Amino acid sequence: MALLQIAEPGMSTAPHQHRLAIGIDLGTTNSLVATVRNASATVLSDEMGRALLPSVVHYGRHGEVDVGYSAQNAQSNDPHNTIVSVKRFMGRGLNDISGHDSLPYQFIDTPGMLQLKTVAGPKSPVEVSADILRRLRERAEATLGGELTGAVITVPAYFDDAQRQATKDAATLAGLNVLRLLNEPTAAAVAYGLDNGSEGTYVVYDLGGGTFDVSILRLSRGVFEVLATSGDSALGGDDFDHRVYCWILEQSGLSLLSAKDTRLLLTKSRNAKEVLTAHGVAPITAVLSDGFVIDLTLTSEIFTDISRSLVNKTLLPVRKALRDAQLTIDDIHGVVMVGGATRMPQIRRAVADYFGREPLTNLDPDKVVALGAAIQANALAGNRGGDDWLLLDVTPLSLGLETMGGLVEKIIPRNSPIPIARAQEFTTYKDGQTALAVHVLQGERELVSDCRSLARFELRGIPPMVAGAARIRITFQVDADGLLSVSAREQSTGIEAQISVKPSYGLSDDDIGRMLQDSLQHAGTDMHARSLREAQVEAQALLDAIKAALANDADLLGSDERSTIDQALQTLQQQLPGNDADQLRRATEALNNATTDFAARRMDKQINKALSGRKLTTLE
Amino acid sequence: MLIDFSKNHFELFGLPASFQLDITQLEQAYRQLQAQVHPDKHAHLGETEKRLALQWATQANHAYQTLRQPLARARYLLQLNGIDTQEETNTAMPADFLMEQMEWREAIGDAKAAQDITELEALSHRLRREVQQMQQVVAQLLDEQQAYAKAAELVRKLRFFEKLDSELGDAIEAAL
Repeated sequence: MALLQIAEPGMSTAPHQHRLAIGIDLGTTNSLVATVRNASATVLSDEMGRALLPSVVHYGRHGEVDVGYSAQNAQSNDPHNTIVSVKRFMGRGLNDISGHDSLPYQFIDTPGMLQLKTVAGPKSPVEVSADILRRLRERAEATLGGELTGAVITVPAYFDDAQRQATKDAATLAGLNVLRLLNEPTAAAVAYGLDNGSEGTYVVYDLGGGTFDVSILRLSRGVFEVLATSGDSALGGDDFDHRVYCWILEQSGLSLLSAKDTRLLLTKSRNAKEVLTAHGVAPITAVLSDGFVIDLTLTSEIFTDISRSLVNKTLLPVRKALRDAQLTIDDIHGVVMVGGATRMPQIRRAVADYFGREPLTNLDPDKVVALGAAIQANALAGNRGGDDWLLLDVTPLSLGLETMGGLVEKIIPRNSPIPIARAQEFTTYKDGQTALAVHVLQGERELVSDCRSLARFELRGIPPMVAGAARIRITFQVDADGLLSVSAREQSTGIEAQISVKPSYGLSDDDIGRMLQDSLQHAGTDMHARSLREAQVEAQALLDAIKAALANDADLLGSDERSTIDQALQTLQQQLPGNDADQLRRATEALNNATTDFAARRMDKQINKALSGRKLTTLE
Repeated sequence: MLIDFSKNHFELFGLPASFQLDITQLEQAYRQLQAQVHPDKHAHLGETEKRLALQWATQANHAYQTLRQPLARARYLLQLNGIDTQEETNTAMPADFLMEQMEWREAIGDAKAAQDITELEALSHRLRREVQQMQQVVAQLLDEQQAYAKAAELVRKLRFFEKLDSELGDAIEAAL
């Protein structure tokens, strides 16, 4: 006879219901996936024991998609169809990419976000990134042996809204439920801070393959509070490779090369950089397609010399972040180095000189971000052990609106803690004006033309009034992922226009749905089975949450309310083993609706508890 | 409306409504509140919880930002006492104050033109010292004398200094 299980009051989930959640570091050069198992964060390796997945995708003539090492092997032979460093193109138009003409790709200058022409058809950077993410999801599912509850995907802290949205779209396209977008330096700080039990103010210096971030965090009693962040979303290890590449051309008296030769020399440059870090001197030999022989020796001195301006370029955001946080070097307790590019000795030296102390390098700079993401994913999925610490992050760039004369009015200043909402009132400038164009921008400069355009929308149907009489309230909301939504409302009539700022050129939900369907069909996955599994995971999560809430706070409910909730709960429970995904979603929705007031009261209770808890400690 | 936003920012953090504020206490209260309401603490729950968490965490951040910054805190205290600081409408500043502002602007302009980062940073330090002195006066006016009209005038002056500070910040960044 089966025994009924009775949960201990206050227990959020039964111990055996460990939800599978992963953290993904979607890097410019390499990507990783990690998870928390037996209370410790570990990176998941492939079947050959390799932790890193090179962020390289090769598209073949017959629709085959290679990702990682196998794709890397194709890059010298088939450079047009082998996409490396795709992260640099996320949320970017062609004219945003400096030096795109020296890259071995056939770009399509599609409005907003560029595309790449391959034998498998045009590919958006979102699709290429999704192919990388899908490979990591498959790795995780195979290793963990179950359905994933969700994933935390890391992004450079300095990524703007367009780049963040593109990343989230890619994850959705890869069939991942995104629990949170997490800033890379913050993820690193979590892994580092929890590992070392650190307290104090820390700088995270994160130089990746293509992006540079610096974040200043205060770590205190389990709270990781980002005070300021800055960076350069187009500066990374790739640029150091490119300096070596230029040096090779200069030394060999070469100029324009074919795509194949360019890729060959870029690969040689990267290898030389890595050899230099380990040995201090690197021979570079190559034979170009026309038989030209390159035989050079790169020394640390030369490399330091040709990359000096890049190193200095990273110190600028460091100064900006310190200034924004109103701190000086003396206030800093430690500098944590993150990202493979921080292995370069000249970087470590420059950072040590600037801060007057040796930076901390005791965690693997390649893995620390993925580990932090896994720890966060574990907490967000509701597994135990994640309830005693907290992350408070900020928005990296100011958000504003276009006003008369092509100027930007800032609504949310950079380094504001998120989530945040700000509203501002605007008015009409012409008599009888019935529509208002809203242009949303991101950046620090005064002129619209110097900022990134995120979206344009129109508020229509304003009743004709004299100029200056209408009161239009525009509200910006940035959520915990750092993503913006904007709404506008005419105050006297209540006419409303709302938009989630999908960058004007991003993918629409329909696009993503279609691509998702295509890719699943291609992979031979049954759409319905997948949709049902997703609905079941979601329903189970809600059931667990409501049951735990009822066990703790049943006293907040009247008997009528209780029976309504019980009924909805029972319905959902009964439908859980069924195979109608739509019905299951409706029952989930119904339980959600039935518990709305209950949720609000529970939140109030928690807030009161937080306040009374503090009164006790302050009395001590 | 499900959420009780009727508590003012001081009440929300269980702090006395005064300009002089124990910042450490504010930080602790803020962290304690966010530990309960932050969306990360509700990510595994239903849509309703997530929405409430977003609204509450947003409110907590807004209240924290308002109380943490002295100028915003003074403005908010005056607002609680029914005083509009009229920063946008009342531009009648004393002549000697405007004169002093012009001198600041000139000094910043000169240092900016010369890309003199040392001078810009020196100006920034001097500016912040002056602002701190004014804040001490604001504290007296608000907390001890309840002289709200005078405090409002000082808030208007501080607004000018805030603009100078951000101008200096931009100039320093441009020179870096």
